[in-house]
Amino acid sequence: MMKSKLMLSMLHHLRGMGHRMIERTWRLGAGARLFFLAIVYSGESFKRFHLTLREIYFTGVMSLLIIIVSAFFVGMVLALQGYNTLQKYGSSEAIGVLVALALVRELGPVVTALLFAGRAGTAITAEIGLMKTTEQLSAMEMMAVNPIARVVAPRFWAGVISMPILASIFSMVGILGGYLVAVPLIGVDDGAFWSQMQANVDFSADIVNGVIKSLVFGVVCTMIALFEGFDAPPTAEGVSRATTRTVVISSLTVLGLDFILTSFMLVV
Amino acid sequence: MTSNIVEIDNLSFGYKGRLLHKGINMVFPRGKVVAIMGGSGSGKTTLLRLIGGQIKPSHGEVRVDGDVVHKQDREGIYTLRRKMGMLFQHGALFTDLSVFDNVAFPMRELTDLPEAMIRDLVLMKLNAVGLRGAHQFMPTELSGGMARRVALARAIALDPAIIMYDEPFAGLDPISMGVICALIRSLNDALGATSIIVSHDVKETFLIADYVYFVANGEVAAEGTPEDLMQSKLPFVHQFVHGDKDGPVPFHYPAGDYRSELLQASSGQKG
Ligand SMILES: Nc1ncnc2c1ncn2[C@@H]1O[C@H](COP(=O)(O)OP(=O)(O)OP(=O)(O)O)[C@@H](O)[C@H]1O
Ligand SMILES: [Mg+2]
Repeated sequence: MMKSKLMLSMLHHLRGMGHRMIERTWRLGAGARLFFLAIVYSGESFKRFHLTLREIYFTGVMSLLIIIVSAFFVGMVLALQGYNTLQKYGSSEAIGVLVALALVRELGPVVTALLFAGRAGTAITAEIGLMKTTEQLSAMEMMAVNPIARVVAPRFWAGVISMPILASIFSMVGILGGYLVAVPLIGVDDGAFWSQMQANVDFSADIVNGVIKSLVFGVVCTMIALFEGFDAPPTAEGVSRATTRTVVISSLTVLGLDFILTSFMLVV
Repeated sequence: MTSNIVEIDNLSFGYKGRLLHKGINMVFPRGKVVAIMGGSGSGKTTLLRLIGGQIKPSHGEVRVDGDVVHKQDREGIYTLRRKMGMLFQHGALFTDLSVFDNVAFPMRELTDLPEAMIRDLVLMKLNAVGLRGAHQFMPTELSGGMARRVALARAIALDPAIIMYDEPFAGLDPISMGVICALIRSLNDALGATSIIVSHDVKETFLIADYVYFVANGEVAAEGTPEDLMQSKLPFVHQFVHGDKDGPVPFHYPAGDYRSELLQASSGQKG
């Protein structure tokens, strides 16, 4: 009696696990399909660039404030922590390099992507989920207007274009924050700060790689947000869950991808 | 060119195994106003979705202008939909666009008309539904009835050959109701369009429809001109037209025995 109950509950768990696995695989496939279709139906987003421009305003420009403020603080903290360690080895002039490399290679793209997921990604998911809930997407379909061309693709390209720009702004503002802490506050030599940075930050190895990362994150974060919105059950609860999922999945994917990309970039 | 612009042939459809339509046959002749009536949940909206090709039938077919809807590819279905205009039951206005831009949307997306002409056309359509003065409003600033009238203006923006109205009279005051009634009829006659009206407002629908289908239990329970149906002795039609509570149309969605369910619930709480 007990044994069969145990068996049953184990079977139940197994079935649940299998179900979730299938569900996730299915979602991955559906997401890839949406990505593919978004690319195929991109013509409109460029022919009528004002559609994309409008989305760049909503995703990119509206994220500027949070990006700038965060970058400033991240840069300042980096300088404080960096100085604390570097001065033990008598190389506190290297603080400029440290701040710049950390920002350009890692923190710029990664933190921007995380903030983007929270600020713009959630907005995209909620907007599309609500459009679905209120039958706006159905209405568009019935008018023979393809929602993927009209709604998904412009938002996709807006995200892909915005992300590297936001990441660059993040790095620049972060360096400025680091400078303000290192030079006027701590008293590191002004010239050394900049010249060391110039000498040691490589264009292709550091800056280009940073831009590549943020491009990849732009594709991934925007696509996750779009898919979750598109896939959300048409209810208030469904949309709210989809919004949460956007943040969780984007953040985890960005961190995981960052590790993979970094290891490739350092090895190659 | 067949005389019927839309034909529904032995159509069956169901959600999640529960068969909603069981072999429906309907024809919609060109230039006529045809009404589909039936109780709440009898699958009227679903029928419009089937005509628009948003869902596929499990049996049978819908033909629009001679083309089988569910056999079309994406291009084909879009070509068919360009002939249709649909008023959604809940309006489905684009909330990020103003009233003007909502009505202009199909024109901007599907035609190359110059902006000046679009402007005139939009104002004409809005004037027809009495909302020219509200053209700069956002959808959230409209009442329910106003939103539906804007949605109506948007549905007829491109003068479609088939206009589908899902509950055009719901939530309208008597004056707007009269205006919309007259508008549907005059649009139909002026454009030579075919109108499909889904409604449960017997009085208004009978006033403007040329032909009426009643659906119940997934089948066409009765059909005929409004005059025929008014005279009909069929218990079902009598119940619907006169709004009797008791009759062949159940008010309840299919469910188990009420009494035993209640008893079960209370014993379940105790135990
Ligand atoms: N997406 C869906 N998934 C599952 N069932 C659905 C779905 N949409 C509708 N249904 C079911 O189909 C039935 C018919 O729905 P439909 O919207 O066509 O009714 P209706 O005749 O338009 O009713 P009303 O007059 O209230 O608008 C309902 O019982 C509903 O529960
Ligand atoms: Mg309905």
